[in-house]
Amino acid sequence: MTTALRTHELGKRYGRSRHWALKDCTLELPAGRVVGLVGPNGAGKSTLLGLAAGMLVPTVGHIEVLGEGPSSGAEHQARVGYVSQDAPTYRGMSVADHLRIGSHLNPRWDDVLVRDRIDRLGIDLRRRTGSLSGGQRAQIALTVAIGKRPELLILDEPVAALDPLARREFMQDLMEAVAEQDLTVVLSSHLVSDLERACDYLVVLVDSEVRVAGDLDDLLASHRRMTGARRPSDAGPAGHHVVTASHTDRQSTFVVRTGGPAVDPSWDVTPLGLEDLVLAYLRGDASYERPRPTVEVIR
Amino acid sequence: MIEFHLDSRSGVSAYLQLVQQVRRALRLGLLDEGDQLPTVKDVARALAINPNTVLKAYRDLERDGLVAPRPGVGTFVTRTLTDNTLAAHGPLRTDLQRWLSKARRAGLDDESIEALFMTTFRAASEEDIA
Amino acid sequence: MIWLTWRQLRVQAIPVAGAVALLLVALAITGPGIVDAAEDGARSFLTGLSADAFKVTLYYVGIAAAYVFPLVVGAFWGAPMVARELEARTHRLAWSQSVTRTRWLAVKLLGAALVTVSVAGLLSWGVTWWAGPIERAIATGEGTGPFMVSRIEPAVFGARGLVPIGYAVLALVIGVLAGLVVRRTVAAMAVTLVLVLGVQLFVGVVVRAQLVEPEKATSSITQENLVGLMVEGASGPGDPIENVSEIRVETGRTGTWELSNVTLDADDERMRSLPAWVADCGGPPPGESAQAGARAACFDRLADEGYRQQVTWHPSSAFWTLQWRETALLLVLALGLGGLCFWRIRGDAP
Repeated sequence: MTTALRTHELGKRYGRSRHWALKDCTLELPAGRVVGLVGPNGAGKSTLLGLAAGMLVPTVGHIEVLGEGPSSGAEHQARVGYVSQDAPTYRGMSVADHLRIGSHLNPRWDDVLVRDRIDRLGIDLRRRTGSLSGGQRAQIALTVAIGKRPELLILDEPVAALDPLARREFMQDLMEAVAEQDLTVVLSSHLVSDLERACDYLVVLVDSEVRVAGDLDDLLASHRRMTGARRPSDAGPAGHHVVTASHTDRQSTFVVRTGGPAVDPSWDVTPLGLEDLVLAYLRGDASYERPRPTVEVIR
Repeated sequence: MIEFHLDSRSGVSAYLQLVQQVRRALRLGLLDEGDQLPTVKDVARALAINPNTVLKAYRDLERDGLVAPRPGVGTFVTRTLTDNTLAAHGPLRTDLQRWLSKARRAGLDDESIEALFMTTFRAASEEDIA
Repeated sequence: MIWLTWRQLRVQAIPVAGAVALLLVALAITGPGIVDAAEDGARSFLTGLSADAFKVTLYYVGIAAAYVFPLVVGAFWGAPMVARELEARTHRLAWSQSVTRTRWLAVKLLGAALVTVSVAGLLSWGVTWWAGPIERAIATGEGTGPFMVSRIEPAVFGARGLVPIGYAVLALVIGVLAGLVVRRTVAAMAVTLVLVLGVQLFVGVVVRAQLVEPEKATSSITQENLVGLMVEGASGPGDPIENVSEIRVETGRTGTWELSNVTLDADDERMRSLPAWVADCGGPPPGESAQAGARAACFDRLADEGYRQQVTWHPSSAFWTLQWRETALLLVLALGLGGLCFWRIRGDAP
């Protein structure tokens, strides 16, 4: 399995700010996947994606995109597609102008693919993008990014500003593109539900740090909610890694990453949906249960 | 050709839902030998779902000998599930009815029966997967 | 990339180029008439021209256009070039295409510079050609009415020859850099206007005179060459005169740019203020009768005490040397600021 994005102890501070927008980020995202980057607003998702797209320069650490440092020349830029938050377009220019920009500035531009997509979207080529709906603008930005035939497509909150129908259409289009092309996608959202069906790899980012990363099915298979009689401490069931713990006077509930199949019969064990799993990590206290992300990469 | 749909509240993973829907269609005779399944691209688009998930479901069906891919054309049904299982339904149902009345005699109410069934079922299927 | 550059520039470029073209047409229509008039009319040529209101206006419009053009280029072509992208975040769209940022900026900057040089060149050439006969007449001392300023003097120099091209290119780069730093289109435009105006004034007033060693001559002050003197203290008739602050003499040279006209004492020190008796050299104040011989005695005393007048100036012949040097200076400055733009565009994309 090749790696699309590899970071090592990557950190970013903006200007002279003391706040780390991203810190100690060590990740390895496999190629050919649709990677979902989840976290609350301000968790550092845009920073990580900006670093990957070569828009930002790391403060510390190392980042490698498709085997090269980001922004290592036009040829490398041709391999990475990027749509920034809110999908900026030239509002005074027509849709056709945007396609022309794409074809002029990208050697691998696929005009047939692009015309096809625009036809299907039913957007008039002569319209200025300023007069389009947010969903249509996002589609144009996606089309330009896909038209350059990238190997890695980075989408920063692509559906955040869209209504449910536009969201659905955008994701349908994206998934079709993934099916058609040999494409790795990394997309971020603060909503798990946006990513649930689309992603097969998940990265959870909280407070500028990676909380968990891994194959979606592996994550679902390895996490359980365990309920049992009140335990004295937050130290959960032996052999399991506690993500969150909560207690009432009678009962203790743990969300754990299981160490193995053997389970004490005194626990009621239930599987965890993706949303609950992510919520557990968002809620979890990083001080004692922060997993090393590399541990999560199961092959 | 069949059309897939996903229930995001069922708690069953998308890939398993696809497998189940094909199997059900095979069992009910909606799909016959030689029928084509929707292409991965079409399913991915229609359901806004990761194509890898569809591939995984199709590979699962292929491993069970139910479908076979024809390169460049699509995935086709190679075997149906109608005859043999339908025949087995009758005796199984009788067994289940017998088990249910046994459970009632033991004092279990409907809710307890359902809970017992679901936990046993889940434990068994997890063992199968493992 | 070239297409994109033109696509983005044309909105601002076409109106400006159109206005310049309009002016050039007006110049082209009236220019030959001026050439003819200058050839036939000899001495009365400028006097005749002064009566032609349209041509007088055109003369001033030409000068104004050449001075305003760099301001327009800086504020409307330069400042929005990057600022508008940063404001609308479209730079992220542009920079994620298969073109490096450096190349993106290089093509945009060079493209705009090329248009700027072409339009500024045409404008300046047209204006300089049209005013040529007028300025040749002024240089021979026939200046009259509205046509008094020779082309080497600050008011006109910046609107002639090569210099407008230099200012326009520099203004463009200042605009781009301001946009990169300020990141807001309107604010960048305002900053650009102030900076370009500042450069025009600073170079015109302070730097230009230093670019060529001026000529210098010292002469005695006589009744014949005295132009006038400035007295202090006498705010009304009958007030006592405290001192004389300035004496100016005539040199008889035409078409020059006079830099200074100052009085030196016997030790070659520049006099900031002269004794009150020097006022007598200027003749009696209006309404008072002349004291016989007082004026001549005053000039004698000036000579006796060693006062002389020193004049420094750039001759008409220094015009092209000054033009080349100033243009080169402006272009070097533009190159340096352009380098800053490239340095600035590296690093984080805001």
